[in-house]
Amino acid sequence: MTEMKMARDAYGELLLELGKKDSRIVVLDADLSVSTKTAKFAKCFPERFFNCGIAEQNMIGVAAGLAASGKIPFVSTFSIFASGRAWEQIRNTVSVCNLNVKIVVTHSGISVGPDGVSHQSLEDIALMRTIPEMVVIVPCDAPEAVAAVKAAIDYKGPVFIRLGRPKVPSIWEGGRFEIGKAQIVKEGSDLTIVACGIMVDEARKACEVLNNKNISVEIINMSSIKPLGTDVLMNSVKKTGCVVTCEEHSIMGGLGSAVAEYLSVHYPVPQRFIGIMDRFGQSGDPQDLMTEYNLSFDNIVKAAEEVLSIKKKS
Amino acid sequence: MDKKLDKNELQNLRKIANEVRVDVITMLSAAKSGHPGGSLSVVELVVSLFYWVMNIDPKNPKWEGRDRFHLSKGHACPTLYSVLARLGYFPKDELNKLRQLGGILQGHPHPRTPGVEVASGSLGQGLSVACGMALADRLDRKNSCTYVILGDGELQEGQVWEAAMFASHYRLDNLYVFIDYNRMQIDGKIEEIMNVQPLIKKFESFGFYVNEVDGHNIKEIVDMIGDARKIKGKPKVIIANTVKGKGVSFMENNLDFHGKSPNNGETDKAINELKA
Repeated sequence: MTEMKMARDAYGELLLELGKKDSRIVVLDADLSVSTKTAKFAKCFPERFFNCGIAEQNMIGVAAGLAASGKIPFVSTFSIFASGRAWEQIRNTVSVCNLNVKIVVTHSGISVGPDGVSHQSLEDIALMRTIPEMVVIVPCDAPEAVAAVKAAIDYKGPVFIRLGRPKVPSIWEGGRFEIGKAQIVKEGSDLTIVACGIMVDEARKACEVLNNKNISVEIINMSSIKPLGTDVLMNSVKKTGCVVTCEEHSIMGGLGSAVAEYLSVHYPVPQRFIGIMDRFGQSGDPQDLMTEYNLSFDNIVKAAEEVLSIKKKS
Repeated sequence: MDKKLDKNELQNLRKIANEVRVDVITMLSAAKSGHPGGSLSVVELVVSLFYWVMNIDPKNPKWEGRDRFHLSKGHACPTLYSVLARLGYFPKDELNKLRQLGGILQGHPHPRTPGVEVASGSLGQGLSVACGMALADRLDRKNSCTYVILGDGELQEGQVWEAAMFASHYRLDNLYVFIDYNRMQIDGKIEEIMNVQPLIKKFESFGFYVNEVDGHNIKEIVDMIGDARKIKGKPKVIIANTVKGKGVSFMENNLDFHGKSPNNGETDKAINELKA
């Protein structure tokens, strides 16, 4: 049985550990520290934790000033309130100066569940990806979230790390993450599935079904969405000749778009997109929402069969 | 910074302010775009801070012990650029290349210009940035101060008040905020477009030490900062009563020159006035 853990819990624990080692680390939150798990850091390092109240735009600006003066600010809130409400502050103050601000958001995607549409960010990858200098990471599980945060500290510049709300199974023990690198979760030869976040686990489930139909699937965990892990992607599609992208995000502007932007220029192959089809979210149980919005493994299986049939025809 | 400003030095600063105005007109005329009105209204504030108040080292713009400056009303950057060039942050001939492709002097401030800490230009964001800088100095137990200039129209942005709350909540007494109160914004008089008054009451209720000065009187500005320095435990705001387009008769209080550069005839006329 794989371990189930919330990536945000791992983030909260890691901040504590990092805070002990590096006094440049400061943490800002906007009245959601219990949910984002920065409250643990706040308790241990009250002098380096700044609750900004429900004022995200100011929070990003304060982080910019702190970074300009040599601190490493971690800014946390729900994804929609950072990437949406404070988008212009992130663009015009943080990224344009390449400031060393780490924006680690939680409660991304439809799996936020019962809170509904106002709290479900389905556009955040697109919003962050279009800003120059911004690194965009969507870890697939708690260990990778830890590795990604560590990598973000070693990298000098703005980084956006997108975490979810629910517990997720660990894809593998001990996270391995490198900015700009993708990882093969499972090797295969007929079809490439590129997934990020909780969709990596859905892709694994789809793979089992496809294997039973004698289809050999290669699964790529594309946690580094910007810069995109193009080496692994290219090697894989050269072998398989078709691709399905899976993300808990709008099909417009996210992982699928990033993959298509790259492959359409360098190695065009048939592609299908699993993601949210230009719809708003709504309240519901996370699992029910995943089904309602066509994000479950059987949707991936269907898309896989479609691209495979196109590949055969061409 | 708390040294005494004598008559000769005051005279010298006034002379520099006048020369900065000539630079501003010359730069904007060459660039054929930019914002004369709001640049001319902050001249004495910027000159007072850089030439008298702030602890800085132009030869070493990143010196760790420096005071920080942030021009939240980024469109007034020609004034900042002139002062930075005169102090030696970069060669003065760069001023002729304002707003040109590949240049270090962007239409709105960017850290590619030596002496600029963080970008600005999108209004309403600078007070937050200044809060972050002041906070960092306090965390590092430095005695440095952060000085930020905001426009008056800019106060219509909600983020300014989020930042004001933050500055007061975290008792940032090393933060000095200047409001360039020239009473005008692009579309008209502030009181007609979107009234920001009562400013003193607003900032006081947000927990600031508040005072007012004649924003074109260098002695008053310097003295007022000295007074504010004695106040501990709260951020300070100084409302500088200024005149948009100050120093050039036909630009003063003239909305046409908010965001329009002078043509050749206007440039000559302005420079002749300033040199008279």
